Amino acid sequence: MTKAAKVERWAGLVLASPALLVFTVFMFVPLVLTFWYSLNSYSGFGDLEFVGLENYTTIVSDSTFWRAAINTVVFTAVTVPMGIALGLGAALLVNRWMPGRGLFRGLFYVPVVISGVASGVIFLRLFDPLVGILNQLANSLGLPSVDWQGDERAAMVSIIVVSTWQSIGFGMVVYLAALQGIPREVYEAGTVDGAVGWKRLRHITWPLVAPTTFFLVVYAIIQSFQVFDSVYVLTRGGPGNATTFLVQYAYEEGFNQRRQGYAAAIGVIIYVVVLIFTVLQWRLSRTRDEV
Amino acid sequence: MSTTAALSQTQDTEEGAIQPAKPAREEGELPQSKRAIWIRVVIATVAVAVLMFPMYWMLRTALGSQTELSNLPVSLIPQDWTWSNFVQPWRDYPFARWMTNSIVIAVVSVILTLAINLSAGYAFAKLNFPFRDLIFLLIISTLMVPVQVIMIPQFQIVIDLNLLNSNWGVILPRLAEAFGLFMARQFFLSMPDELIEAAKIDGAGPFRTFFQIILPLSKPLIASLIIFTFMWRWNEFIWPLIVLTDSSAYTLPVGLQFLIAQFGQDYGALLAMTLLSILPMLLVFGIFQKYFVAGVATSGLK
Repeated sequence: MTKAAKVERWAGLVLASPALLVFTVFMFVPLVLTFWYSLNSYSGFGDLEFVGLENYTTIVSDSTFWRAAINTVVFTAVTVPMGIALGLGAALLVNRWMPGRGLFRGLFYVPVVISGVASGVIFLRLFDPLVGILNQLANSLGLPSVDWQGDERAAMVSIIVVSTWQSIGFGMVVYLAALQGIPREVYEAGTVDGAVGWKRLRHITWPLVAPTTFFLVVYAIIQSFQVFDSVYVLTRGGPGNATTFLVQYAYEEGFNQRRQGYAAAIGVIIYVVVLIFTVLQWRLSRTRDEV
Repeated sequence: MSTTAALSQTQDTEEGAIQPAKPAREEGELPQSKRAIWIRVVIATVAVAVLMFPMYWMLRTALGSQTELSNLPVSLIPQDWTWSNFVQPWRDYPFARWMTNSIVIAVVSVILTLAINLSAGYAFAKLNFPFRDLIFLLIISTLMVPVQVIMIPQFQIVIDLNLLNSNWGVILPRLAEAFGLFMARQFFLSMPDELIEAAKIDGAGPFRTFFQIILPLSKPLIASLIIFTFMWRWNEFIWPLIVLTDSSAYTLPVGLQFLIAQFGQDYGALLAMTLLSILPMLLVFGIFQKYFVAGVATSGLK
């Protein structure tokens, strides 16, 4: 080996070692431990007690877990398409030149940069059953007040509203990048064939941004399986378990009930779900590239 | 792996976006009628008004007195402005302390994330060393692992390292985030090898090449990394909530969550503090707006 190659080897190892260190201590080890904990009963103190797959068999018959899982699926099924549609709508609105375009884009993106907790507090006020403006508005229109915190469906709607509010700007920016990539000639050719307005959107734009849509769908699914911050502020999972999601349940079990083995098992399940979607996206995007 | 896909699909725009942003391609746009433009302006104005209403209502409530706010219906515009909502909680709660914690955590995280990801990203992209590709594959396979999955053992590790209730307990575990590393490696891969070869011929070692030639060319990457890391650490909630149990160690989101129970129906004070907690982030966003957009477009992430 030449001297230069040796130096390069060393430089590579030295430059990569800080990353390797933090990833080992704070990612690889915890990841392995998560699987190990999930096979144990552990209160956070003292010794682990090996119980095999007991945590998993308990989960199968745990009605709260299933409620949380169904809530997460329902939440995902509603927020993902809504976020996609509104994100694309916003992108189409501000894609081409118009007065104040930069300002519009910036304002659409503002909710994305605000913390989930702050968003939760902001909407807490809007959804307040007594003094919230939404009920005031409903009353002034002659509609009855909605119990946003006491009614199961209303509580879920309030979570969906906040999450959608936070996600539109992100979808917009990703779609904007995709729209910029569509060459003008494609639209011009389409115009000759009569593809304008709605037809242009359906037959030209929508197919051409399909890869972006696909990315956003998978990304949003993965994100919505991790929803926590705004829920913690807005409803704390209630009323009952009406807005308890998987992460919320894992947090509750692990840190309030101190059933850490059980919480780790829920973590493993979230991990598997996320992994499935990640692999799915990877596989499909590969087949697409080959076509 | 989903960023891989995201990157592969934004590849054509990538170079343009990560190098200094191209001027808007006005010339390349289809001609549009004046009427169409104005229709879009009207729709966008309405949409932004709806979207921004919660923000306005936060401001309006923060500036309203308690008597005014308890008089229903609350008027759309404050009748008398009051700053007392800001003064009283600032005095009664360690809000300044929380803000300091948030700033320290965000700034230190940014610096360490930059150092780790720039150096490792360069090593994985351009230097040959044993097991390079295997290690990178291992790291990148954690790209989509949410902190919620590993929070239980990570909490134990933080306890074992005696970092509970400390800023380091929040900072260190979150440095293991594959996103920045992935982004850095992609960026360095797009740099021509000839550049490094030329430096080598001039007698520069790998370190000098990295610091004197590569880094000065990496400003767009550095800007994106700074902005995203700052935003994520500033807004982070579940991890600090777990690690910080002592109220003087709270960050802003955790402190805010604590105040909800304290203030109850006193929304004026609560929203005043909410406003203060997001102001620094809004400021950063206002200044670096174009990098936010360019960064998302490049990476297709968050």
